[in-house]
Amino acid sequence: MVEAYLRQSPLSQLALPSRAAEETGDAGVLMAERPFRRIVNLRGDPKSEAFQNAAKSVLGAELPLTPNSTTSPNTAAASKDASLLWLGPDEWWAISEDETPPLADKLRDALTGQHAAVTDVGEGYSCIAVSGPNAIDTLAKGCTLDFHDSVFAPGSCAQSDMAKAAVVFRRLEDETPSFEIYVRSSFAEYLWRWIEDAAGEYGVAVSA
Amino acid sequence: MPARFRLTEGGRIDRSKPISFTFNGKVYQGFEGDTLASALLANGVHLVGRSFKYHRPRGIMSAGAEEANALIQVGEGARTDPNLRATQIELVDGLKASSQNCWPSVEFDVSIVNNLASRLIPSGFYYKTFMWPASLWMTYEKIIRNAAGLGKAPEGPDPDKYDKTFAHCDVLVTGAGPTGLAAALSAGRSGARVILSEQDATLGGSLLSEPDQQIDGQPALEWVAAARAELEGLDNVRILTRTQTYGYFDHNFIGLMENLTDHLKDKPANLPRHRLWKLRAKQVVIATGAIERPLVFSDNDRPGIMLASACRTYVNRYGVKPGSKAVVFTNNDGAYAAALDMHKAGIHIAAVVDLRAYAEGPLTEKARDAGLRILDGHAITATAGDKRVKAVQVTRLSDDGESAKAVGEHIECDLVAVSGGWNPTVHLHSQSRGKILFDEAHACFVPGDSAQASSTAGACNGSFGLGACLSEGYDAGLAAAKAAGIKSRKKGSAPQAEDRDFLPARWLWLVPGDKPLGHGGKHFVDVQNDVTAADLHLALREGYRSIEHVKRYTTTGMGTDQGKTSNVNAIAIVSQYFGCPIPDVGVTTFRPPYTPVTFGVFAGRDTGDLLDPARKTPMHALHEQAGAAFEDVGQWKRPWYFPHEGEDMHAAVNREVRACRDSLGVMDASTLGKIDIQGKDAAEFLNRVYTNAWLKLKVGSCRYGLMLGENGMVMDDGVTSRLGENHFLMTTTSGNAAPVLAHLEEYLQTEWPELEVYLTSVTEQFATVSIAGPNARKLLAELTDDIDLSADAFPFMTWRNGTVAGIPARVFRISFTGDLSYEINVPASYGAALWQAVMTTGEKYAITPYGTEAMHVLRAEKGFIIVGQDTDGSVTPIDLGMDWIVSKTKDFVGRRSLYRSDMDKPDRKQLVGLLTDSPDTVLPEGAQLVEKIESGPTMAMVGHVTSSYHSPNCERSIAMALIKGGRARMGQKLYSPQADGKVITCSVSDVVFYDKEGERTRG
Amino acid sequence: MLEINCPYCGPRFETEFSYGGEAHIERPKDSENLSDEEWGDYVFMNSNTKGVFLERWVHTSGCRRWFNVARDTVTYEVLAVYETGSKPPKLDLRKDV
Repeated sequence: MVEAYLRQSPLSQLALPSRAAEETGDAGVLMAERPFRRIVNLRGDPKSEAFQNAAKSVLGAELPLTPNSTTSPNTAAASKDASLLWLGPDEWWAISEDETPPLADKLRDALTGQHAAVTDVGEGYSCIAVSGPNAIDTLAKGCTLDFHDSVFAPGSCAQSDMAKAAVVFRRLEDETPSFEIYVRSSFAEYLWRWIEDAAGEYGVAVSA
Repeated sequence: MPARFRLTEGGRIDRSKPISFTFNGKVYQGFEGDTLASALLANGVHLVGRSFKYHRPRGIMSAGAEEANALIQVGEGARTDPNLRATQIELVDGLKASSQNCWPSVEFDVSIVNNLASRLIPSGFYYKTFMWPASLWMTYEKIIRNAAGLGKAPEGPDPDKYDKTFAHCDVLVTGAGPTGLAAALSAGRSGARVILSEQDATLGGSLLSEPDQQIDGQPALEWVAAARAELEGLDNVRILTRTQTYGYFDHNFIGLMENLTDHLKDKPANLPRHRLWKLRAKQVVIATGAIERPLVFSDNDRPGIMLASACRTYVNRYGVKPGSKAVVFTNNDGAYAAALDMHKAGIHIAAVVDLRAYAEGPLTEKARDAGLRILDGHAITATAGDKRVKAVQVTRLSDDGESAKAVGEHIECDLVAVSGGWNPTVHLHSQSRGKILFDEAHACFVPGDSAQASSTAGACNGSFGLGACLSEGYDAGLAAAKAAGIKSRKKGSAPQAEDRDFLPARWLWLVPGDKPLGHGGKHFVDVQNDVTAADLHLALREGYRSIEHVKRYTTTGMGTDQGKTSNVNAIAIVSQYFGCPIPDVGVTTFRPPYTPVTFGVFAGRDTGDLLDPARKTPMHALHEQAGAAFEDVGQWKRPWYFPHEGEDMHAAVNREVRACRDSLGVMDASTLGKIDIQGKDAAEFLNRVYTNAWLKLKVGSCRYGLMLGENGMVMDDGVTSRLGENHFLMTTTSGNAAPVLAHLEEYLQTEWPELEVYLTSVTEQFATVSIAGPNARKLLAELTDDIDLSADAFPFMTWRNGTVAGIPARVFRISFTGDLSYEINVPASYGAALWQAVMTTGEKYAITPYGTEAMHVLRAEKGFIIVGQDTDGSVTPIDLGMDWIVSKTKDFVGRRSLYRSDMDKPDRKQLVGLLTDSPDTVLPEGAQLVEKIESGPTMAMVGHVTSSYHSPNCERSIAMALIKGGRARMGQKLYSPQADGKVITCSVSDVVFYDKEGERTRG
Repeated sequence: MLEINCPYCGPRFETEFSYGGEAHIERPKDSENLSDEEWGDYVFMNSNTKGVFLERWVHTSGCRRWFNVARDTVTYEVLAVYETGSKPPKLDLRKDV
């Protein structure tokens, strides 16, 4: 394995760890970078039982078939901590923080001979976490989606635009509104600054 | 000291909170709760501006959004807004306001001569006078605009912050008068997500001006307070005050502008000044009320002539006497409420002049009982007073109302309160493409069928009684919630109140003057645009028939006002002229915005650095540290060149270009688009989208491909590598990655769904470091120990996996420079580390980072095209001389177009090289070329320069050009006339200028 | 700003989509045998319908799927969305447009 110190996250230039506050006070919005997420893009036909079974055998959970929904990490499963995101009728993301098991390789093996595609894409994305009582107000400034509980409940995900960047939103199963925004790394600095500016009226803190 | 016309008690102003402000440089006092208009009136200031065309003195005519006269400039320097309505400007300490449209002052305006010359400025005057010659219109327009002076533009960039947001709701209720409040209550109680928007600072609408109203047995304003408290207690309801619903667009998309800080003296630094709400509402309840209609009579525009309801508002809401001695001029019973309230406030009512032959109605009777002097069957036929009305002429009407009898009575006054009935505010309904009907009884336009998911309720629906407004509003709110899919949780009942209409009325659209129309005073229909009844008649005499044409020709109902007070009067006068019913004339379209919207909110926070994304590669910070100058390629920031101290661009680029030929250059190629292609039909897919053949490409090999649009024109190019039997990696040009992926998906999904292929963008998965030059292999050998770099083991146009600088890498032996070159792909997060390793290890080879400019020169030396620079969407592979890459044996996108007869024309532009006679002269890119220099312009052009550089390796200038029949012109002299009159002479050459055999690349 | 119901992702703002012109125009498989005029007609010509128009959209910012929309070009009303390759649904065309 390569020396980890050689890696740089897309937002490393912003020196966010040095800004991370212990006490976030009454900030309406908390922001953080979640670097180095492993993301495997999975394509295949959900109508194919063989495809579904193969995916499940590796991921330990059913692929979410409901649009804009996610399957939470299943600790009992082989993939341990992979979250599964519905991105389209034949497209999913498996997101994990785990460094060791090459999830993509396992999926490729399981899907050999099938009409499917497995692609590592995590290196190309940055993850910006936005949470707090005014998180939804902040996201609404840059995105046309309705983030209200009744529409975008915890566990939802969606591909859309935030400001002028294409993103994947994911709402975590938290009590306070908590979101992860996956954005292509080249846009990360722009998007971070945009969100921080948008959240300014509510008070922003960088969380650890 | 309290202002002279301030009542000692009453109104919704706070007399304990005085506020200082200036108007035209003079300091005045008002109170918290005042508008600029109410504070000015309290100080006896009526004259506030000059009219648009004639520069006539104008005063405050209304108390709301319909104000068409009192357009005010607020602020100064960079922080200033023109065209604000004094009636909507909340008074705030230190407010600086001034008149506009007057010079040198509102008291003495030189352009008032326009008024004397008004016979010479008829409708369509500008069209008739200044449109010839057409070339001078721009000059005329400038002078006309200056004279018109619609306020001043800010003198610098706007220092304020603006914001915008998207929003969603089940039910938008727009307007928080009694109707809107009732609607918000019923919708809110049902559990729907409700937004209640109100242009005013406070809720209540008309009730704020009618404190005597009762709802559910309690004073109306107490009911308003209770309603507000209940709504604020519902977390599914959001109340937006100071928020103008300015536009109703497709699919229930609504534009609102919220004013957050204009009314605050100390503006919180964290808040934006204004916020744009881009709202998608499942249902909309339009409860925008109604606007009182003026009467069209002679010289009806003098300061001190106001709407009767506005007078009532000033008395009841602001505790202001808009005058001391009033004449009320009405055609309906409703205006008597204003007369009574003014009378009660101590304003002397000199007379109520009533156009109705016999004045009757519940309010009329009350006025009679109060002893007011009522002159029914009379009209005001003339008014006097320059900067303030001082008297009116009141004359008995003929029975038909067409003319005034004999000489009338002269009545002195300083206020004329006018009512011509009411116009429902149908603007939003009309903007939503809802139908408009004519209500004969109230003589006004009312909403017909909705075109979108909306309803109208209350006064804007033509229901003028309070009881009707409340029940309509309540029902509309319930119905909207239900239509939005909400199952009501709670039941409630509609608030109750008495109904009181403004009828009976008499419709007399053009009140006769003491002289024939157009000869005595002016009968203004649209005061903002200075359009008179005579102007309308003139337009009709000149043959205009359609009301839309009349509107444009006379400008009535146009501009920021959008005909709030003028529209129905204008249409009625037209209908009278033709002798046809009003509905037959039709109604013009109301356009957004309802009231002007600050430009700043449309920009919001998308300004400066946040205007557009600056896409950065993983190595960007290192390039910055190296002092790179950056170039925008799409949204990417790419190093353009890396100047050393004291170097200009030319010197830096020459040095970088030489380094790549002499030793070693390195460039950040991470921005190249990369598309991962997987599936058993992947090769077949490539075969269909590229012009050349792909089925037999070996795993481990790369191939250059050219992609066409279906029209046969080159759309992209790049190298694609076969990673596995069913797995390819395609590269695209940097600016084209997204369009190319979209193009591929389109064909895959819509034309060839049978192909088993998946496409995934991996542009940013990898950072790419490209090294070029004779020492490239030596450098790479020092960084890797698991790739055999020998020419046999790793030949040109192949790729290998391995480890470079300790990082897992895929190395491609491909070249865009024409020199020995490798492109090293690593996971993006290692990009910076790889770059640093390459730079450090390369020191002994004097490794030179190079930018896009050097890359352009290097590839031009080799005659390699750049799509989008040497092509422009009208160039085929044949035009480029790239026939070698076009398969004759298979179909591909764009193939058939290459066989159209047009493609055989001998004069199609072809890509060739150009060598200037003088080797130091660099042709400008885009320069046109001719065969023969003529004495003057219009010379026959034969083509243009697409790329042109100084080539340090060729030690001369080189250029690429698209020239008609170019390949048949080898050696021919062509000429390029320049803007400065000089002519550059050059000859047509081969497009490859350097290493024609390609030995360096394959070495 | 239209709201378009992506058949896969649900209702989204128009800004997430790209327009693809008239639907149900199939790429000729035997282009060799087409006259220049016939081929030109395929490449360049779309009908310009007033009223109900069957057209293609792609959910660019979402699932990147192409699909078809029946839209009234007068009122902008979206009458139906349906998958690429399927037949247009039966529409009540008596609607006043």
